[in-house]
Amino acid sequence: MHELPQTFENWFHRRGWSVHPHQEQMLNRSNAPALLLIAPTGGGKTLAGFLPSLVDLADGAHQGLHTLYISPLKALAADIRRNLTTPVTEMDLPIRIEDRTGDTPYSRKQRQRADPPHILLTTPESLALLVSYEDAPRIFAGLKRVVVDEIHALAVSKRGDQLMLALSRLQALCPDLRRVGLSATVEDPAAIAHLLAKHPDPCEILMADPGPEPDIAMLETDAPPPWAGGGGVYAIPAVLEEIRRHRITLIFHNTRAQAEIFFHQLWLANEDALPIGIHHGSLDRVQRERVEAAMQRGELRAVVCTGSLDLGIDWGDVDLVIQVGAPKNVKRLVQRIGRANHRYNAPSKALLVPANRFEVIECRAALEAARDHDLDGDPRGTGPRDVLCQHILIRACAGPFDADALYNEVVTTGAYAGLDRVAFEACLDFCATGGYALRAYDQWQRLICRDRLWQLRDPRAARLIRMNIGTIQDADLVKVRMQRQRGGKPLGEIEDAFAATLTPGDTFLIGGQIVRYEGLREMVVEVSRDRAQKPKIATFAGTKFATSTQLSQRILRMFAKRDTDALPDHTRDWIALQEQVSRLPQANRLLIESFPHDGRENVCVYGFAGRNAQQTLGLLVTKRMEEMGLAPMGFVSTDYATLIWGLEPLEEAGALCDRAALKQGLEIWLSGNQVMKRTFRASASIAGLIQRNTPSARKTGRQATFSSDILYDTLVKYDPEHLLLDITREEAMRGLIDFGRIEEMLDRIDGRIDLVRLSRVTPFAAPVFLEAGRTPVEGAAQERLLAEETERLMSEAGLSA
Amino acid sequence: MNGYDFTLAGAQLTALGSGALYWRDKNLLCVSDMHLGKTERRARLGEANLPPYETHDTLSRLQADLDQTNAGTVVCLGDSFDDTQAAQSLLEAEKLWIARLQAGRRWIWIEGNHDPGPVDLGGTHLHELPLPPLTFRHIARPGQSGELSGHYHPKVTLPVRGRVITRPAFLVDVDRVILPAYGTYTGGLRSHDSVLNDVMRPEALAILTGNVPRAAPMPRGG
Repeated sequence: MHELPQTFENWFHRRGWSVHPHQEQMLNRSNAPALLLIAPTGGGKTLAGFLPSLVDLADGAHQGLHTLYISPLKALAADIRRNLTTPVTEMDLPIRIEDRTGDTPYSRKQRQRADPPHILLTTPESLALLVSYEDAPRIFAGLKRVVVDEIHALAVSKRGDQLMLALSRLQALCPDLRRVGLSATVEDPAAIAHLLAKHPDPCEILMADPGPEPDIAMLETDAPPPWAGGGGVYAIPAVLEEIRRHRITLIFHNTRAQAEIFFHQLWLANEDALPIGIHHGSLDRVQRERVEAAMQRGELRAVVCTGSLDLGIDWGDVDLVIQVGAPKNVKRLVQRIGRANHRYNAPSKALLVPANRFEVIECRAALEAARDHDLDGDPRGTGPRDVLCQHILIRACAGPFDADALYNEVVTTGAYAGLDRVAFEACLDFCATGGYALRAYDQWQRLICRDRLWQLRDPRAARLIRMNIGTIQDADLVKVRMQRQRGGKPLGEIEDAFAATLTPGDTFLIGGQIVRYEGLREMVVEVSRDRAQKPKIATFAGTKFATSTQLSQRILRMFAKRDTDALPDHTRDWIALQEQVSRLPQANRLLIESFPHDGRENVCVYGFAGRNAQQTLGLLVTKRMEEMGLAPMGFVSTDYATLIWGLEPLEEAGALCDRAALKQGLEIWLSGNQVMKRTFRASASIAGLIQRNTPSARKTGRQATFSSDILYDTLVKYDPEHLLLDITREEAMRGLIDFGRIEEMLDRIDGRIDLVRLSRVTPFAAPVFLEAGRTPVEGAAQERLLAEETERLMSEAGLSA
Repeated sequence: MNGYDFTLAGAQLTALGSGALYWRDKNLLCVSDMHLGKTERRARLGEANLPPYETHDTLSRLQADLDQTNAGTVVCLGDSFDDTQAAQSLLEAEKLWIARLQAGRRWIWIEGNHDPGPVDLGGTHLHELPLPPLTFRHIARPGQSGELSGHYHPKVTLPVRGRVITRPAFLVDVDRVILPAYGTYTGGLRSHDSVLNDVMRPEALAILTGNVPRAAPMPRGG
């Protein structure tokens, strides 16, 4: 069965293509309940995923929805629609294909719901919304196949968990549903297969030809990179040269702020006026679409971008990928490189541009790892329960449900296969009553049980639940607009916390242009165009990248072996300077530097233990510093170091690393700190305790969100066993390591701590200052600084007491 | 006593770190915008069921302030309850607690916009309370002096060496004081905007709440 019909053969022939082996296999095995295809980008993966559907639909007999396609990116869904429409039109197939995402206009969404197309391309969040409708059974009647694209990116995230729960619902509605996963190269295909399949069905894994080795090298520049900062700007002349030499170049940055700076500086040097665009998630949708369309038409020579353009979008003739700043893990690097040059059998080409000298070392290690196919991966635990709570509420929106039936459905999801009934009931109780020790809501329960079926007590609550579907956590964002009499042009969004620091006259970058802050009107930042030279930099919430333990180990080995010949001169000199001024970090010893900088005292702990361990170390060390009266203010961690800043200098390291002291009072310290509070905020939003979007917010544009910190403190004080605190602890621990492993680390070091006191920043510490993701420490420092600042302000105003 | 002393129309006042105001000469404690019963109201309106401990938490702070000051008179400056039904729906234990706090004290509930009517919980209900040289009301009125009011839940944001600290705060000038919201769960509402710019004089002070109350010139908006 499942031969390629003649129409299709002819079409392949006309295009000068032959059917790839994996495309044939996908067609032959299309009756399997679950199939996972591992193929590099550009390997005809999409067509492989869709061929069975196109073949099935070719005779025009099927009515309504047949195939659902899920991708993590809205841009990808739109791109696939464009790509699929080509064979469908050229073969004159009677198939309707449409995409549906947050960007789809309301009228089209309504029409799709009433009259679904044969193939619907969508995102996990839009699917969750569809599943929440009472008429979901009608919408999905006849659904035969689900294709999950870039599943490697979704699998390790809450978005993936939400998606799989939604699929379990679809499977209940359509028992014969077949699942297909399309993935880039991963370290553990079996793990992804387990997540994709309906548990305990098997999932076949197909490996396509991985294609030729990617061509990755470091960009050679005349100017050396700085010690820290700059965002790759030093390399712009060389980057422009590469843009001239290639057809289309993608220039990736790790953060939106860096992308903005680079783009701005690139244009200042762009004497040939090459058409270059910018694309990132904080830009207004219209601007993003404009860039996407221009790329498609081949009108751009380069695009400066972030992860918003990531993942296998087939953008025409991209033949070079430039990665600015060290890729935070190797896997991402390899997947980004899969983007250049989509001719399947030609190597993909990439250049690395380290942003500072430490990154030169990191890039070197990343190159070696990519060549050794040493892809790192983060192991994942069981499915997060906050996503499960949201799923229960979504299920309730669609109509009454039986608790047993829902439980049995949920455990068919690979990630939640190990969920026990008690845990499920706790989540259900939370959704229904809030799950508090104080039973205060019997009258106002969210869900009630009537005739053995659970349902919303008030059907109108469905609206609020639907408005808050999703697991993506944005920082509080504020819209930015050009100042005009009647609503100026929208430019994008910036972080609320950044907006709070602006005063009229401040300038910052957005969409590549410098704008001047005029004021805040109705919760929208109004700006005007400005010719200033040096803008204040907006911080943008960007995706936090997973971190890598393996890379940091490689780097330590490089130092130990004095294996620096492969590095450029400027980096070798810089390492020599570090050795001269301070010391080189070594395995089995702990290097701690202490130095003043920018009006504060700083401590840098070089554990090279990977970011999770360094973050845990940061929490523990700041606790000790607080106890020792050193008034720490905050810390930030990278894979190799933790930087702590505070008010008093560190003079003695032994007391700092005292094991017993570290452990004592840890529970209390952990429950009071920002890492827990931030995690709680995310989980509480996902689980439905905090609603970020409300009807009144939409009307007034105000986000009057409940302070999650107050809710957290209240629960810790009055209801410490509450489900959300339990979920918070579990989630927080994913980003940390347990105390046992810290003890192992201390064992390995065995008292070999080198505390070096210096008068200024060291070469190795410099880049850590610019790392994103600072954690503030609540302690004595805050009060002291507040006292100083208020006294200063009062005396400035002539009002001293 | 841990507070910030200042004068209004000749009366000696102390702003406590908790957000309460103490009038030494009258042995009077004043709090505003407690919004008791907020979680019940939210649940009733079909929003999520928030942790139902805010009334307990607010009352324990009020108890602590009363124990510390030994005030003989208490004035609640309005919006003491999130709405009138919330007042009725307080748990028995909470109602008893309020009664205990009221015992032996003169207790005045000033009407607010959320709780515009008398509630069945002891004490006197007034629209405003004139107590020369001061007047107590819920919302500030232009052209007044010696006025104590609430309603706006003022908060102040100060950039402090790279971090931004936000605290509920008293706003004080020669004519009036606007008290911060006292209730737990009221901290989440934004309220620092141009309205306050217009109400307060240019030289107004902000007294930040916290372990130790501190004064700074009132930060003005754009």
